[in-house]
Amino acid sequence: MFEYFGYIALGVLGTVGVTFGALAIGTVVGMPLAWLRRSRHAIVRMPAVAVIEVLRGVPNLVWLFLVFFGLPQIGIRLDPWSSAILTLGVASAAHIAEIYRGGLAGLSRGQWEASDALGLSRMDRRRLIVLPQMQRVIVPTMATYAIGLLKDSALASTIGVVELTFRGGVVTQRTGDGLTTFLVVGVVYLLLSLPLALAARRVDSRMRAKFSVG
Amino acid sequence: MGMFEEFIGDLVALAPGLRNAAQLAATTIALAYPLGLLLGVLLDNRVRLVRIATLVVVELGRGMPLLVILYLVYRGLPEVGVRLDAMPSAIIAFTWSIGAYSADMFRSSIHAIPPGQREAAIASGLNARDTLRFILLPQAARIAIPPLMNLAIITFQLTSLAYAITLPEIMHAAYLRGSVTFRYLDTFVVAAVLYAVVAIPAALLVRRLERRLSRHLA
Repeated sequence: MFEYFGYIALGVLGTVGVTFGALAIGTVVGMPLAWLRRSRHAIVRMPAVAVIEVLRGVPNLVWLFLVFFGLPQIGIRLDPWSSAILTLGVASAAHIAEIYRGGLAGLSRGQWEASDALGLSRMDRRRLIVLPQMQRVIVPTMATYAIGLLKDSALASTIGVVELTFRGGVVTQRTGDGLTTFLVVGVVYLLLSLPLALAARRVDSRMRAKFSVG
Repeated sequence: MGMFEEFIGDLVALAPGLRNAAQLAATTIALAYPLGLLLGVLLDNRVRLVRIATLVVVELGRGMPLLVILYLVYRGLPEVGVRLDAMPSAIIAFTWSIGAYSADMFRSSIHAIPPGQREAAIASGLNARDTLRFILLPQAARIAIPPLMNLAIITFQLTSLAYAITLPEIMHAAYLRGSVTFRYLDTFVVAAVLYAVVAIPAALLVRRLERRLSRHLA
C-alpha cells in the first residue's frame, strides 16, 4: 500500500485542476446569470430563472454523462478532462449566481440611494460601495461552495478523469485493499478542504466582529 | 419509431431505476436524520472523548466525497470480510454522509435558539434532558425543517452516484438503455427530466415554506 502513496498523491493535481477550472468558469458565468436573474423585466428574468433551476435540479452526474456520453450522438466529442471542467463549471455557475444574488440582496436600498445622493457614477458605485460590501457576505459562502465542488470533482472519475478517486480505484484493483486506499483518498480530500474551511471561518468571524450588532 | 414512442420507451426503461432511487433516498432519510440528531446533540456533550469521537465521525462523513464513501463501503468492507450488496452498501454510505450533514444542521439550529431560553428552562428547575426535550428541540425543529427538506432533495439527486457501485438506479438504467439503442443523448435527457420533475417543484415548495416559517421574523 505504501508504495502506491505517491501514485495517489499525484491525483491531487487532477482533483485541484478540475475543482479550480470549474470554479473559474462558475465565478465568471455566474455573474451575467445573477445580473439577468435580478432584471426588472420578466422577459429577461424568467429565462435566467429557468436556466438556474434546471441546472440545479438535474444532478451533476447526469450533466456529466449527458455531455460525455450524450453529445457525441450529435457529433460533439470532448475528452474527459474538458467534459468534467466544462460541465461542473457551468453547473456551478447556477449555484454561484444564487450566491451573488444573496450578496446583493443583503445590501439595503439605502446604499444605492446614498451613492446617488453623493453623485457617484455607476462605475464608482459598483467599485466603491457595492462590491466591497458584497464581498464580505460572499467570500465565506463561496469558500463553503468551493469545498462542495472539491468533493463533486470526484464525479469526474466516473468518465475516466485520472484524479484522486480514479487513482484510488486503480490501487484498489491492484492491491485488493479498498478499505485503506479509499480511507487515504478520503482523508486527502479532507486535508485539501481544510484551507478553504479556515478561510470561510476567518472571514466569518472577522465579519461578525465588524457587524456585531444583532 | 416516432420520437414520442422512443420517449415512452425510455421512460418505461428508466421507471424501475426511479423506484430504486426513491427507495434509497427514503431509507437514507429515515435512518440519517435520527442519526444526525443524535450526533448533533453529542457534538455538545460534556464528556470530551464523546465530543471528539462524534466530531471525527461527522467530519469524515462530511469531508469525504460521497463517491469515496460509497467505494469505501462497497469495495473496502470485503477486505474485513463484510461483503454487502449494492443497495445495503449504498444505504450505509448515504446514511453516514447525509447523517453527518444533518448533524451540523441540528446542532446549529439548537445554537440558534436565544440563550435566554435555556437559562429560563434551567431557572424553572428543568434538568438538562428535559430542557433539551421540551424547550430546545421543539424550537430547533422549526429552524431545521427547511434545510433538512433541502437536504432530502439533494439526497434524491445524489442517488445518481450509486450508479458507480452498480445499483440499478436511474443512471444505471439509462446507461444500459443507451448501450442498446445508441441514443445516449436522448436517454440521458429523459433521465435528466426525471430528476428535474422531482427536484425543481420540491425545491420551489421548500422555498415557499421557508418564507412562511420566517414570516413572523421579518
